[in-house]
Amino acid sequence: MRIVVDFDLCESNAVCMGIAPEVFEVRDDDFLYVLNENPPESMRAKMEESVQRCPKQAISIAED
Amino acid sequence: MNSTTVIVGASLAGINAARTLRLGGHTGSIIVVDADPERPYDRPPLSKQMLTGEWEPEKILLPAGKEDLGLDFRLGVRAKAVDLTSRQITLEGAGGLVEDTSFDSLVIASGAAARRLPEAAGIAGIHVVRTLADSLALREELDAGPSRVVVIGAGFIGAEVASSCRKRGLEVTLVEAMPLPLERILGVEMGKVCAQVHIENGVDLRLGTGVLQFETATVDGVERVVGVGLTDGTTVAAEVVVVGIGVTLTTDWLEGSGLTLDDGVVCDNTLLAAPGVVAAGDIARYPSARFGRMLRVEHWETAIAGGEAAARRLLAEASGETPAVFDPIPWFWSDQYDRKIQLAGRPQPTDQCVVVHGSTDEFRFVALYGDGDRLTGVLGMNRPRHVVQLRALFEDGASFAEACERAATL
Repeated sequence: MRIVVDFDLCESNAVCMGIAPEVFEVRDDDFLYVLNENPPESMRAKMEESVQRCPKQAISIAED
Repeated sequence: MNSTTVIVGASLAGINAARTLRLGGHTGSIIVVDADPERPYDRPPLSKQMLTGEWEPEKILLPAGKEDLGLDFRLGVRAKAVDLTSRQITLEGAGGLVEDTSFDSLVIASGAAARRLPEAAGIAGIHVVRTLADSLALREELDAGPSRVVVIGAGFIGAEVASSCRKRGLEVTLVEAMPLPLERILGVEMGKVCAQVHIENGVDLRLGTGVLQFETATVDGVERVVGVGLTDGTTVAAEVVVVGIGVTLTTDWLEGSGLTLDDGVVCDNTLLAAPGVVAAGDIARYPSARFGRMLRVEHWETAIAGGEAAARRLLAEASGETPAVFDPIPWFWSDQYDRKIQLAGRPQPTDQCVVVHGSTDEFRFVALYGDGDRLTGVLGMNRPRHVVQLRALFEDGASFAEACERAATL
């Protein structure tokens, strides 16, 4: 599982950071940073929740 | 679950209810009804990227509406009445064709429609922004480059429309009946900050005044708005007017159904309104233990969470499992000019409000709301990280004092 963020869409609402701070971090520059692009399978539910809850539909999961 | 579920409303709450039912093992028929003929779409961009012209309609289609979930969509179809005893819903389709459809369970997610001013009826150039069609119609008029746009109502929709018009380089007058924008939601102190944001961005802000009448001219047989007369005695010339004065809930079809209607569909704390009947989204009123009162929340995220929770409630009813309590932390965002306003919680305008980070002069800060020692809200302007981190304090049951201490460490 690989996390893909479309940074043209991302508006740093930080919803994903609220769900999975281990993977997503919005810093003081107000930009989102992906801390772990390949989170373990045990985090799949949280990753799918992050995809669903992103107000900009900016997050997707690639299977490769 | 192998029975027929009717979902009234194909917007965020309805489509997420449908998706959750299907993925949760509902193998029967799921009929999704909406008066809007468009495929399910996302509303927040309607007042922003759609109005500025940055995005086209294809970009705002909801992902769940594009998934292959085997849903029976009835779009452009309006729910007219429901009989919960005989389990029949009356639907009115294109051309006024009326038919009754049987169901076993019902999801009420019919949402709301934009409130309109009766004085505006029949006058061209006066708009609301609630549907995709509304947004496209307004955008077409903005494309023509009007000399001024008057926005009635400085709530979130009005503020975002004003912001989008300014981004297009248009002159904007923003009219608000209350002494300050968003005062009833954010209180006086933060209302002042929001007013200043409009002024800094070149908006002609008129506070504490309402609409007296619309001035019109008839061109080629069409009566068009040319100005707005305000209750303070002034008149503002305008070629386009946008009315953003809140919504009217779509509960007309539920009158006489036996459901309790009181500013929404009254549910229990699992979103159940009657056996086999759940409600979600803007229309659902539910008891919140977290905030100690009945809540009805018109936020984007609550619509998703409510749709999912309402579906799970039906699945639990079918399987005999214990249903989960629905009591999320309300959260929303509003993008105005280059500022992002985010609020977590549900403060009352009279709650105390303390800026704990940054400064309101720089329009980059975090403020906490408290009622006594209870934390009731976290407001951020261009501080998304802090809002999401402090929002977690609601889950921990932190007091107002504890929240202030935590904020100081961020």
